[in-house]
Amino acid sequence: MTKVELETFVEGTTHYFETAANQPASVGSPYIVQEGKPSVQEFTGMISIAGKRRGIVYFTASRPMLTVMLMRMGETELTQENMCDLVGEVANTISGNARKDFGKDFMISVPQVVAGEPERVQPPDNMRSFVIPINWRSHSAQLVVCLE
Amino acid sequence: MAIATAQAKPLSAGKLKLLIVDDSNIIRRKIERELKIDRLQVVATASNGRLAVDAFKKEPCDVVTMDITMPEMDGIACVEKLVALKSDVLILIISALSDKATAIEALKRGANGFLCKPFTDRQLTDAIDELLRGAS
Repeated sequence: MTKVELETFVEGTTHYFETAANQPASVGSPYIVQEGKPSVQEFTGMISIAGKRRGIVYFTASRPMLTVMLMRMGETELTQENMCDLVGEVANTISGNARKDFGKDFMISVPQVVAGEPERVQPPDNMRSFVIPINWRSHSAQLVVCLE
Repeated sequence: MAIATAQAKPLSAGKLKLLIVDDSNIIRRKIERELKIDRLQVVATASNGRLAVDAFKKEPCDVVTMDITMPEMDGIACVEKLVALKSDVLILIISALSDKATAIEALKRGANGFLCKPFTDRQLTDAIDELLRGAS
């Protein structure tokens, strides 16, 4: 992945929090995971990428962060189902927005959500994972981009 | 995690009927909660294109908000089916797919407007307002 391509995901993440969560996030510089797998929190929304590029993009966050995000969005049902829905929607929105730069052949799947089973989140072994750290209020989350 | 769901609600007199289609429950609820246009009333919601077509056959709506990336039947295919059922239906695509080609394809199939996710409450109301103004 190029620096410019990564910047697309950084901008998408910044835009998401400003617009949907009504409060900007501090989005850090992306880094490559050198050993092992990127960290996974309690809820993870994964998007499979196909077409001209292949790989996965996932957003992983804690229950307390998702609770506050839902509240900031005006949602009153702070349920497990809505937290699963939210991580999927964040991953879907940021990946979908990336098509502005990657084009229509950057094909995204519907979200797959993992709650509480981090071993089920498996980036492909043959691709490098870039982690974009997200700090929002007192919470931290990660967007992981793993593209061929 | 999208759960397939379709809900119907009774209509008040003189209102335009709105169908909300999105595989995300929180987005369906956000649109229903934040859309501040008196002329509209949500009469049904659906979590994928197939359920939206079923709901539309039971209650042909005047206005539809439509996601694109959904399981079973995507929004582009669903637009075509709804327009075939009711040619004057007004359809606003609300999608994260922000490339021009997708927007053009949706408009070609019969959609009337495009709002990119993520969106603010104001952007949602403005987009629906513009859709209704364009039709009147």
